[in-house]
Amino acid sequence: MAAVQETIDQVKAIDVDQYKYGFVTDIESELAPKGLNEDIVAYISAKKDEPEWMLNWRLEAFRRWKTMEEPTWARVDYPKIDFEDLHYYAAPKKREGPKSLDEVDPEILETYKKLGIPLSEQEILAGVAPENRVAVDAVFDSVSVATTFKEELAKAGVIFCPISEAIREHPELVQKYLGSVVPVSDNFYATLNSAVFSDGSFVYIPPGVRCPMELSTYFRINEPNTGQFERTLIIADKGSYVSYLEGCTAPQRDENQLHAAVVELVALEDAQIKYSTVQNWYPGDSEGKGGIYNFVTKRGDCREKNSKISWTQVETGSAITWKYPSCILRGDNSQGEFYSIAISNGHQQIDSGTKMIHLGKNTASRIISKGISAGVSQNTYRGQVSAHRKASNARNFTQCDSLLIGDKCGAHTVPYIESKNSSAVFEHEATTSKISDDQMFYCQARGLDEEEAVALIVNGFVRDVIQQLPMEFAVEAQKLISISLEGSVG
Amino acid sequence: MNAPANIKETKAEQSLNAQFDAIFAQTTQENANQRKQAWDAFKAKGIPHRRVEEWHYTDLRTKMNDAFALASKTAPKADALKGAGGLKTYRIAIVNGRYAPELSSDQDVAGLSIAQTGGFLASQLGTDDAMAHLNQALVQGGISIKIAADAKIDLPIEIVRYTDGSEVSSYAGTSVEIGSGAKALIIESFEGDADAAYQSNALTEVKVGDKADVHWLKLQVESAKAQHIETLSIELGAETNFQHFIYNEGASLSRAQLFLEFKGENTHAGLRGTSLLKDSQHADITLFVKHAVRGCESREYYRSVVDDKARAVFQGKIIVEQAAQKTDGQMMIKTLLLSDTAEINAKPELEIFADDVQCAHGSTTGDIDEDLLFYLMARGIPEAQARKILVLAFLSEAIEEFEEEQCVELLEAMTRSWLHADDMVSE
Repeated sequence: MAAVQETIDQVKAIDVDQYKYGFVTDIESELAPKGLNEDIVAYISAKKDEPEWMLNWRLEAFRRWKTMEEPTWARVDYPKIDFEDLHYYAAPKKREGPKSLDEVDPEILETYKKLGIPLSEQEILAGVAPENRVAVDAVFDSVSVATTFKEELAKAGVIFCPISEAIREHPELVQKYLGSVVPVSDNFYATLNSAVFSDGSFVYIPPGVRCPMELSTYFRINEPNTGQFERTLIIADKGSYVSYLEGCTAPQRDENQLHAAVVELVALEDAQIKYSTVQNWYPGDSEGKGGIYNFVTKRGDCREKNSKISWTQVETGSAITWKYPSCILRGDNSQGEFYSIAISNGHQQIDSGTKMIHLGKNTASRIISKGISAGVSQNTYRGQVSAHRKASNARNFTQCDSLLIGDKCGAHTVPYIESKNSSAVFEHEATTSKISDDQMFYCQARGLDEEEAVALIVNGFVRDVIQQLPMEFAVEAQKLISISLEGSVG
Repeated sequence: MNAPANIKETKAEQSLNAQFDAIFAQTTQENANQRKQAWDAFKAKGIPHRRVEEWHYTDLRTKMNDAFALASKTAPKADALKGAGGLKTYRIAIVNGRYAPELSSDQDVAGLSIAQTGGFLASQLGTDDAMAHLNQALVQGGISIKIAADAKIDLPIEIVRYTDGSEVSSYAGTSVEIGSGAKALIIESFEGDADAAYQSNALTEVKVGDKADVHWLKLQVESAKAQHIETLSIELGAETNFQHFIYNEGASLSRAQLFLEFKGENTHAGLRGTSLLKDSQHADITLFVKHAVRGCESREYYRSVVDDKARAVFQGKIIVEQAAQKTDGQMMIKTLLLSDTAEINAKPELEIFADDVQCAHGSTTGDIDEDLLFYLMARGIPEAQARKILVLAFLSEAIEEFEEEQCVELLEAMTRSWLHADDMVSE
């Protein structure tokens, strides 16, 4: 019961200001002029000291993007975005090239400290046992400000750095894999990202290496009127393993901000990638004003046999979420997993789910999706499971459950199940219900008050997914869930 | 995603243009407006294609190479009509979209009235579908069936829809009104000349009053080369029991779209069906079930057996509006793929705006269970026959839910015949 009590305390503590990451860091920034054209694309490329091939790649994406239209099929509703009214690049003003953590702007360090993200390696070493260490890449607006444990990771042969650095230092890897999972013209937002992405993380795990620590990126949008376009590329070479965590927050602002990221994962033979996200962008205020538009393309490619990619996401933030972390199960015997908790409250709109594309033989996938809607929010699960003609013995199990809290919210389930192979076995089940009076009565009869009872039942509802998260995240996620639902009961 | 408006017209669309002009010229003043409005609504959408979400898996634009000429009035021989396979019924025959009294039985039945109409329907009960609009733009005729309040019709009402001729198309509009407290069994068959290529497009509106008890069996046994499109829109009153079953066997391309809305509280609707597909058949069943009032129950159970290069499509959407508290909706779709070239696309959807509901859907896809097959073969049953037993058992689970004994027997006989297992005894 301690966990529940802790949750309740947590909720009480932030009673007034629900979103505790809503502060603004006062820092001088360098901004690209508003608007988007080829000059801006070139400006971003030049800022990053990029080779010519990269600039050409961006320009091609930009030209494609200009011919594309915004998708309208998702169940989300928002005013049209003025793509000319955004800064496509924002970076904290640099002093003379910070070489170590000591030289990073103290304001930024303070920001991450407030967010609870330890950027100082010593601090981590002092507090936690070595095997629980996490290497962090901190992305502030458009740039990566610090990456920890680089040297130690380098000893194992692991490359973990900002993607802008990777473009300069490891062009052969970037050229080979960038855009190979999410092609330049994949969709409207991915193409926009390809043209203007500014930073993000790059991970390469060499053959046979089990990454010695968890890798993590922490995204923070600070500047107003900016779009954050990060690009993450993770390559797990033959027989390697990596667990990667992603977290995000933004200040409370009245206007909406755009976040259009692309994440590409490549798993080669026998490799395994575990990708976990706790998404907590600013969701807007109680009137539905402000908040982040989160339009993200995440896709993993199980390129060779026996590879495995697992997505775990806890979605609590953002005004609008449009996100479908997918697995392409190309290699024989490859496996894809998707565990999701999507919580919407207030005026949030979520349209999220996954795609499991079975191409190889004996491929298996599992989808567990738990949606909770409260307030006047709309929460949609949209997923696709398909088996190609040659995907013999493909296996999928899908379970999506929705929980409704209050009578003004909506929960929707839109699965697409496509099988072209008779030996493929697909099972799908979905349920929608509210917390039953019986469950509440049972808990309350045992002395829990209403809030505690709801917290307990909700924690039970999402348990299957929470169990998949790395331990540090699981605790945080559990708290986050209670906070997100605060005020929705009674 | 909305399709760009400037797509070039297909050959079928060009043929339709000419057909509309011809039929519009002959339309009486009274109906001209309705025909024109429907045509404009159709033209605004065009023939549905894969980028129209509701038609994503049935790309009619590519599958409908041409629109055949409107069928003229003919008089087929009475024994060409199969209907409900010899059950004693009140028969209503509709040939090439028009009521054919000479092929229908004497309709002097208490509580049942049948009238020939031009096929124009008063409203389209909330359907905004291109092919339903096309029906009203080109409709050739139809009937109106009324069952009086509290009437208990003693025999099944049999509607035989027959398309006579090859390379022709038929468009019929039917309205059915079932009064409060009435009880009826309707058996509707869609058929045509064997091996003839034709297109049939039927639009039917059904209004059921309160406390009625209606069973409706649809037998889709069109010719193997036919294209079949049926739009059925249903409104149900309070405390009514409505059971619908689709038996899908014929046509190279078929699409059955059901739009059902609960208008009165505490009503139960059971929608079921079986699709038996082979060769390169394409069969699409699409449902929109709208719970607009509280306390209603819906059950959607569909089973498909897909062989050869055939393709089954199932789309089911349960919509629960905010007022529809205490809704109970359950949907289950099961598919057996019997060959490596068969295909299933399923999209069971839930759209829920009320919180005090219990909704669920499930879907399974796969081959015949090897364990079950082994069990039967271990008892000396040859593999081919064991497979037939398992397929029949799989389909029977849906068939037996239809609570009319004579229909269950009819469906099982038709299923056995499709399986070439006429000698096999059920139970």
